[in-house]
Amino acid sequence: MGNEPETPKKADVGKGHMGKGHMDASTDKRVDQLMGLLLRTGVLLAAAIVAIGGAVFVARHAEPVGSYRVFQGEPVQYRTLPGIVREAASFNGRGLIQLGLLLLIATPVARVAFSAGAFAYERDWVYVAVSLFVLAVLAYSLGSGHG
Amino acid sequence: MVEFTAVIGFGSLLAGFLGALTGLGGGVVIVPMLTLLFGVDIRYAIGAALVSVIATSSGAAAAYVRDGYSNIRVGMFLEIATTIGALSGAALALYLKASVIAIIFGVVLLYSAWASYRHQEHAMDVQPPDRIATWLRMDSAYPTANGLKQYHVRGVPLGFGIMYIAGVLSGLLGIGSGAVKVLAMDQAMKLPFKVSTTTSNFMIGVTAAASAGIYLSRGYIDPALAMPVMLGVLVGSLGGARLLAGAKVTTLRLVFSAVIGLLAVEMIYNGFAGKF
Repeated sequence: MGNEPETPKKADVGKGHMGKGHMDASTDKRVDQLMGLLLRTGVLLAAAIVAIGGAVFVARHAEPVGSYRVFQGEPVQYRTLPGIVREAASFNGRGLIQLGLLLLIATPVARVAFSAGAFAYERDWVYVAVSLFVLAVLAYSLGSGHG
Repeated sequence: MVEFTAVIGFGSLLAGFLGALTGLGGGVVIVPMLTLLFGVDIRYAIGAALVSVIATSSGAAAAYVRDGYSNIRVGMFLEIATTIGALSGAALALYLKASVIAIIFGVVLLYSAWASYRHQEHAMDVQPPDRIATWLRMDSAYPTANGLKQYHVRGVPLGFGIMYIAGVLSGLLGIGSGAVKVLAMDQAMKLPFKVSTTTSNFMIGVTAAASAGIYLSRGYIDPALAMPVMLGVLVGSLGGARLLAGAKVTTLRLVFSAVIGLLAVEMIYNGFAGKF
């Protein structure tokens, strides 16, 4: 589910939100636009790094590396933040791909952090708390394996 | 390696394209494609699908948020349920056998295909205000052909509960579980359909990120496999979304739903036959 057909009508959107929950339509509109920009930039940057890493990797490996039929788990340098950064810094193809994927995972996390800030700006403290809670769950998840 | 990357990349492109056309999302097709067609272990397949889900949902969410469809407050509040659910699902994945995961996947896939085939934009009755939703300032408005339309949100506790399940499935199976998210918002919380689907999309990235961190550190995300999958699905879904804007795709949607149904049955069968 998710992707729906119609292209939105810009003219209607220009009026911004006017729901009861919203404090100020123009503020909300600006927040929405910044959030859209943040998401788009994160995904495009991540995809670019993954593509560069992929090109390096494919150029250096003529033959398939390993098999995916049997699960072995990735070597440690491709599953921790310090390992991935080290591999990417030495222009290792797989290291660069993992760095791009890390950036991709970080994109929605950054969006939640941005939401927390935006709600604080609107003085909507209930939602500041909600955003910070979600951020804490994400931090727990991302930190769980990287000791 | 070039052939392998190209074949997986092309398959993912097609999956992303069809996923966007049908509204099922590319991730839900990736796992059966990789496991059934290419014999990839389901854990690697789930890891690769998860990152492609983050890419497509964040890309699409960018547009929907900007255009004012998504209800950010509803999304943020329900993300409490989906992220905790995703953590539970990723933890559960450690204790379930691959064949059991495959069977659950098949069942969820069947439900998703059925839901996308059946869905109709029902006429929106104006709902009375709800105490919890009012306190949480969830009521909002969304753009329609006749200008902005106000709506009230209802059924917050039930929606929250269903969202937890959506999170568990997402963390366990590496999918966005958009079908279950839409069920929570469209059916339980009475949000307009367009708001449900776009808010679901908005939430999928955060939900998937909650389990992706765990999968990455567990070594499920293989760079050489995830690279063609993520890029293929991303490009394919962008193309599919563009085509959707103009074309009538009822037949294609029907055919694709049938294909998904067959894949689901095959996953369930293989799961019971112990082939995972």
